[in-house]
Amino acid sequence: MKFFILAYKNLKRRKSRSFLTIGGVAVAVAVLVALLGFNAGYQEALTSDVDKMGYQVVVTAKGCPYEAATMILSGEAGLRFIDEDIYKQITSDPDIDKITPLLAQLAYDPEKMEGKGGFTNYLGIEESYMQLKPNVEILTGEWFSGNDVNEAILGYEAAESEQKSVGDKISIPGKDIKFTIVGVFNRTATQEDGTVFLPLKTTQRVFDIEGKLTGIGIKLKQIEKISEFEERLYPIASIQVISMSQVKGTILSLVNSAKILIMSVAFIAIFVAIIGVINTILMSVFERTQEIGIMKAIGASRSDIFKLIWMETLIICTLGGIFGSVIAIFGGNLTELLVRKVMPYAPGGRLLLITPDLLVYSFLGVIIVGIISGLYPAFKAASMRPIEVIRSGE
Amino acid sequence: MMGKWKRMKGWQNKMQDRIVLEATNLKKYYHRGLEIVKALDGVELKIKEREIASIVGPSGSGKTTLMNLIGCLDKATEGTLKIVNTEVTPLGENDLIKIRRENIGFVFQRFYLIPNLTVRENIELPLIFAKKSINEKKLSVLLEEVGLKGKERIQVKYLSGGDKQRTGIARALVNDPKILIADEPTGKLETEVKGQILELFKSLSEKGLAICIATHDLELAQATQRIIHLQDGKIVPKEKSDLYY
Ligand SMILES: Nc1ncnc2c1ncn2[C@@H]1O[C@H](COP(=O)(O)OP(=O)(O)OP(=O)(O)O)[C@@H](O)[C@H]1O
Ligand SMILES: [Mg+2]
Repeated sequence: MKFFILAYKNLKRRKSRSFLTIGGVAVAVAVLVALLGFNAGYQEALTSDVDKMGYQVVVTAKGCPYEAATMILSGEAGLRFIDEDIYKQITSDPDIDKITPLLAQLAYDPEKMEGKGGFTNYLGIEESYMQLKPNVEILTGEWFSGNDVNEAILGYEAAESEQKSVGDKISIPGKDIKFTIVGVFNRTATQEDGTVFLPLKTTQRVFDIEGKLTGIGIKLKQIEKISEFEERLYPIASIQVISMSQVKGTILSLVNSAKILIMSVAFIAIFVAIIGVINTILMSVFERTQEIGIMKAIGASRSDIFKLIWMETLIICTLGGIFGSVIAIFGGNLTELLVRKVMPYAPGGRLLLITPDLLVYSFLGVIIVGIISGLYPAFKAASMRPIEVIRSGE
Repeated sequence: MMGKWKRMKGWQNKMQDRIVLEATNLKKYYHRGLEIVKALDGVELKIKEREIASIVGPSGSGKTTLMNLIGCLDKATEGTLKIVNTEVTPLGENDLIKIRRENIGFVFQRFYLIPNLTVRENIELPLIFAKKSINEKKLSVLLEEVGLKGKERIQVKYLSGGDKQRTGIARALVNDPKILIADEPTGKLETEVKGQILELFKSLSEKGLAICIATHDLELAQATQRIIHLQDGKIVPKEKSDLYY
């Protein structure tokens, strides 16, 4: 029998109490791991969304830039229109490397999602779209045969969910036109996987919005020139220039301030857990005053008792850490669901990124907490005097 | 049973038996508020190997105080105390622990075992603290000796009082002490079991162990070789002591 077994058996004596304490630690750890994992995951997913978008700068109608940015990021329509003339006007700007006009539209399809109904996103594009999207390729089929033809290219998931492939026909609800599917894009893991792409002119015609765009995607030759570029566009009153990296920064800082709030909750949970651990161990130390005295009488030194009590604390914290990590990993999907409901913009990828590193660090954190919270009870126990203990028992 | 024990009183200590415990002018004063309680007030005592001595005296006479001092659990206010060859009065806590581990075994009235550990685990405890490895053969002999053979895997809380005390005694013996200190070892036991425990003490002492028993039980005391009468913190001759404790 070793010290460890002795410590373990001591904890087993008060099963429910030990278990509750371990539960408290587990919850604190789970919250912490989930939060840290969420932070890393969210940042990564958002960065990847923004990077994959390909545009550094988006020109849209004046309005809330963040609303516009999140709409573009999530591939949603509903933006106000700008004149196509503006596109022609700024194409020649010397700082622009690549530029593409965009027209997003939305149509309600009552047959979508097995009859439950839902919205389909349509995006009118021109060939320059492909140059701005380095990771978009035509998986099967080919590009539209003309500028104003009744043809469509489907995003990967749109093709999958509609079970359509090249050569099939689709129609837009409420419009009496058939579109031939000429191509399917590869999977990009962005919201645009679910979009139906049409030629820009066709979109304008079909939705009856000739000469209008909802946005212009731009890649500059040098992103550092953005403020000069913005300056030059300033006179055009009806538009705004949105820098995606700024938007990303702003969303992240919003998320960060929310995170600080949640973090403080996590720290309170941890604090409460520590108090719980200290309380449990102290209680068991006081209950075992006699026993500790006897142990000393039969040869235990101060450091033996210290070690024993400390080990009990560590066992509680270690078990709490293990359970907490398990909860965080398996409860991750639930957390993700919650987060998606709460966040203003939820990127496409997994929001919760629980890496082995994160687990290791949280685990080490718990052990350190255990080491610290064990100090006082262990010290208390170690300094008990055998003699008083034995006398008090008589 | 007790009658058989009485015969032991006639024994003479063999001359070659070493003195394992020697107290000179041992004093222990307690402060209770402004008042000073002289729990022990100049005790002179020598105990040899192979000797069973019982310490009797009325409640508050200082029996437990004396046991705690000779068990190195507490420090004397004045006087000297030699355990085997070491003068322990000037020693600090860590040295006292060493003395306890090497020379002293404790047996308590209330057994003070760890209830959810098995007989064997309880007995092994002093070895863990002394960082000694377990000698299976010796342990088996010890279990046989105290009469716990076959019960080593039982959790102590399920044992009878007698077996609990046997476990307590085995725990006290596992480190091969020179002196066994027992404060009211039979106080919680039935008469029959008392006799068995005494028998055990006797056979242990025959192997060289010095045993010090503090007790209120005159019958038990009279079954030991030597009775030390304690009164008001002093050892008094038998004639002067009030035998009706
Ligand atoms: N820690 C202490 N503080 C103050 N007084 C004490 C302390 N311990 C013991 N005493 C006093 O010292 C005296 C001797 O006590 P002790 O416990 O040694 O007697 P005892 O002979 O063992 O009594 P009993 O037969 O009741 O067990 C008593 O008067 C007791 O009140
Ligand atoms: Mg006493």
